[in-house]
Amino acid sequence: MSILEIHEATRIFGGLTAVNKVSFAMEAGEILGLLGPNGSGKTTLLNLLSGALAPSAGRIVIGRRDMTGRKPNIIARQGVARTFQLVRILPSLTLEENVIVSAVFGRNRHDKEAARRIARAALRDAGLEGMETCSAGDLTYLDQKRLELARALAAEPDILLMDEWLAGLNPTELHEAVALVRALSGRGMTIIMVEHIMEAVRALCPRSIVMNAGTLIADGPTANVLNDRHVVAAYLGEADDA
Amino acid sequence: MIALAASIAALVALAAVPLFLTDYGLGLMIGMAGYVTLASAWALFSGQTRYISLATVAFYGIGAYTVAVLNETIAYPLVLACAGLVGAGLALVVGLSTLRLSGIYFVIFTFGLAELVRQLITWYEVNVTGTLGRYIFLDITAREIYWQLLALGTFTIGLTAWILRHRLGLALKVIGDDETVAAHAGIDLARTKLIAFTLSATIITLCGAISSPRWTYVEPIIVFNPNVSFLAVIMALLGGANRLWGPAAGAVPLFLLFEWLSVNFPDTYPIILGLMFIAVVFLLPDGVLGGLARLRQRGKAAA
Ligand SMILES: Nc1ncnc2c1ncn2[C@@H]1O[C@H](COP(=O)(O)OP(=O)(O)OP(=O)(O)O)[C@@H](O)[C@H]1O
Ligand SMILES: [Mg+2]
Repeated sequence: MSILEIHEATRIFGGLTAVNKVSFAMEAGEILGLLGPNGSGKTTLLNLLSGALAPSAGRIVIGRRDMTGRKPNIIARQGVARTFQLVRILPSLTLEENVIVSAVFGRNRHDKEAARRIARAALRDAGLEGMETCSAGDLTYLDQKRLELARALAAEPDILLMDEWLAGLNPTELHEAVALVRALSGRGMTIIMVEHIMEAVRALCPRSIVMNAGTLIADGPTANVLNDRHVVAAYLGEADDA
Repeated sequence: MIALAASIAALVALAAVPLFLTDYGLGLMIGMAGYVTLASAWALFSGQTRYISLATVAFYGIGAYTVAVLNETIAYPLVLACAGLVGAGLALVVGLSTLRLSGIYFVIFTFGLAELVRQLITWYEVNVTGTLGRYIFLDITAREIYWQLLALGTFTIGLTAWILRHRLGLALKVIGDDETVAAHAGIDLARTKLIAFTLSATIITLCGAISSPRWTYVEPIIVFNPNVSFLAVIMALLGGANRLWGPAAGAVPLFLLFEWLSVNFPDTYPIILGLMFIAVVFLLPDGVLGGLARLRQRGKAAA
């Protein structure tokens, strides 16, 4: 049974169709690479899924419930969590408070004690153990990214959306991060990764989809997709422009 | 435990103060209690969410006007209850229509709201009732006003303390930092903001209602004085609007300062007020208490 179904999702900004009739479905526990050149609509598609933006047309079904056009807090309660391409942390709160938020207000509405337990576990998973009382505003960029992931994990999501979460890591960190994502997937989480680092996509995602200029141009096993004529052309086209 | 005992002792002392004061001194205490309440109530919503509201005097004035209209018809406690209900009702309507606005649009709207309410009441009084001014004849002494304000201020700070320890407080803080994150974490933005805005506005309305007998004669231009809104913002921001005691810490010295300025420099007073507003907003966004806390932390880190 599909945990996520997207039917012809469309988002128009003024005259620009950033996401154009995109359809695909995911099974529970799948880990999917969402690829495409800059400006192809990947982040906008994640925004439609998380409720940050409402689709101009089309339908989004999460866990068999129609979530089209619902607010992010409703979609979060349906078991969707995300990280943001431009990192978003809560600078005036401590790390623990940053993460507790999604345990307290998320789908399971934990009380304070349980939420703290979950937050600490999430911080540990994300590699921030022992920093619970630090102020989030003082973190390095990399630790901010970790914090965002911890916050997403503390929501105990079924579906995790990651927008270029691996960008900016050095090779060692990338190696650790890949292992972490694999472990999350091993727990049964369904994951969509927007990613430009092909090495990581190959390592983690059995299946990938590719967008170009808002349209879905490929969907299939990652190796096949990356060799697809249209996909190669889309990326080369971008290289030509640059 | 010690903090609680100290608070109670301080409260008893504050309640006993009017027994030893001249009328002038009591007037100052009333002013301070009023502004501590206003600044704390303002901060209950605006300090946490960082939505800067300039609607304080809209609610404050409505509280005073409700008393002016009803004081000769029903018993005083009922007058207060009516004022609270009117304030809460208006806050719900205003909240539902404006809390989507962000940043500067919210500031401008709330400022306009106070003007709008004043104009509407003026229009109504002139065209429908035919009386622009009203008298408040209530058998309430200055001491009683002070005690009521002290109670309302205590309630406001107590309520804020309670909220800050519970879900609502966390939700408000998160909204203040980043609304997108708040919504994605599962926080219902509209509901959270509406609850806090309504609580804050209702307290402000009650503060206006309780203070109103001091005037005896009220008129829209008197009770809807925009300076009240600006003062509340400056006091709360100066002390530290997202801290429990910040607004009170800002309100006491600033009230005394402005009292002195308005007596000694009545002409330049509005200019000084404006300059302080700008200075506080730009230079001290965290307030003096926030700055001190940062210094302390730096001291610890250096040690
Ligand atoms: N809020 C918005 N308003 C107007 N246009 C937007 C908005 N968000 C995105 N766009 C436009 O939609 C298109 C798709 O942008 P999007 O951010 O989804 O691309 P992307 O695939 O995530 O790119 P990147 O790899 O650079 O992150 C771009 O042309 C972008 O300028
Ligand atoms: Mg993007």
